[in-house]
Amino acid sequence: MKKIFTISVLSLFIFASAFAGDDGELNLSKKSKPVKDCFEPINRVTFAVNMGLDKVIFKPVAKGYRVLPSPVRTGVSNALDNLSSLVTIPNNILQGEIKKAGVNTGRFAVNTTIGVLGIFDVAEKMGFPEYEKEDYGQTLGALGVGPGCYLVLPVIGPSTVRDTAGSFINIMGGDPWYNASMNGNNEYLSESTYLASRVLGGIDFRAKNIDSLENLEKNSMDLYASFRSLYLQDRQQKILNSKATTETMDDGDWEEIDSQ
Amino acid sequence: MKKIFTFVVLILISFNFNNKAFSIEADVFIQSTVNRAAKTLGGGLTKIERIEKLKEIAKDTVDITGIGFYSLGKHRKNLSKEQLENYKIVFEAYFLKSFSSRLAEYSNPEIEVNSKNIINANYTIVSSTLVATDSRPEVKIEWRVYTKDPDNLLIRDLIIEGLSLARTQKEEFSSIINSNDGKIEALLKNLSDFSAK
Repeated sequence: MKKIFTISVLSLFIFASAFAGDDGELNLSKKSKPVKDCFEPINRVTFAVNMGLDKVIFKPVAKGYRVLPSPVRTGVSNALDNLSSLVTIPNNILQGEIKKAGVNTGRFAVNTTIGVLGIFDVAEKMGFPEYEKEDYGQTLGALGVGPGCYLVLPVIGPSTVRDTAGSFINIMGGDPWYNASMNGNNEYLSESTYLASRVLGGIDFRAKNIDSLENLEKNSMDLYASFRSLYLQDRQQKILNSKATTETMDDGDWEEIDSQ
Repeated sequence: MKKIFTFVVLILISFNFNNKAFSIEADVFIQSTVNRAAKTLGGGLTKIERIEKLKEIAKDTVDITGIGFYSLGKHRKNLSKEQLENYKIVFEAYFLKSFSSRLAEYSNPEIEVNSKNIINANYTIVSSTLVATDSRPEVKIEWRVYTKDPDNLLIRDLIIEGLSLARTQKEEFSSIINSNDGKIEALLKNLSDFSAK
């Protein structure tokens, strides 16, 4: 009963805030509309705190992690990707991509068994198509829910109201890995297993992006605005499941500029 | 009369022929630009020499003025002629510094040009891949090439893994202007300070 109530409140929250930036209009256009930064002053403070934590904790840890041999890092990354497919598959189904759901289920089965808990990406070698992660935030976006306001969450980083709500769905039954670790009655998995996998995921991501983030920090005049722009562009592309850059960008402004 | 006519036609044909002979395809243009940059980065030059060479490459191959105007977004229309001219100068200095210092960190990057997609008469998107190394995964890079003048192709944007650098810059500039009551002077100061660093 408590769960149903939470879901109902959350749903209302998503729909009330997610349309706030769209003047009540459903935005299904491929061209992006600006996402409102309704809480910018608070977001900027949270961003500064996150950057401080990154400097003191995450970046040094990620640098240490990068010293590990490349096959070890690849194995960790593969295993984390394999776990993420437990969220990707239901989202494929919710987005009506049944064929992709089938392919990802096959990939998960092959990699979990032959690939030793996903450490080896055997499916890729067998010719499975490139793996694309999906989450509940993307599904909400694909269903036409607007992003709502831009948010910066403590420790986690950039998000939107819609994407934050999507993350809550994970812990309300949408992520089988979370359910098995936190609520499962077994001797192999526990809360710490789940938390360890999440922390490792964060370190792996940070380690993969050390150079690009350093470069961005060095060359940005307003780092907060750069992060916001990059996050929102990335989410838009993922929601549209588009690889064609021109589909997600508004060329109008470029066309007006004639420098020759 | 017939002779003069033939002569004129021949001149016109040869002129057209020459035009086509000198214009290059967008993907070939990107590959040659990448090769130039790679040669500079892997050529045993000092960092200062590398930066100077990279600036030269940028001046030859990037539409710095176009990117500058794009980065101003809606604010472009509110600027006087004088402010625009001032902005052009400040932006070029900023761009060259930012561009060269971003690239100067890489040593011998290997970029493979894969395909091109002609959007319209003015734009072609060239797709390429930055080959993975031990410390970096493979990165997809797309180049927005301005093809309006086929004899003078220019790069207008770099789209890394789907993220447009020009758009990111435009939103960064907009944020600076908006947080300073819409004053362009704040942006100009930021750009000048960055170049002077």
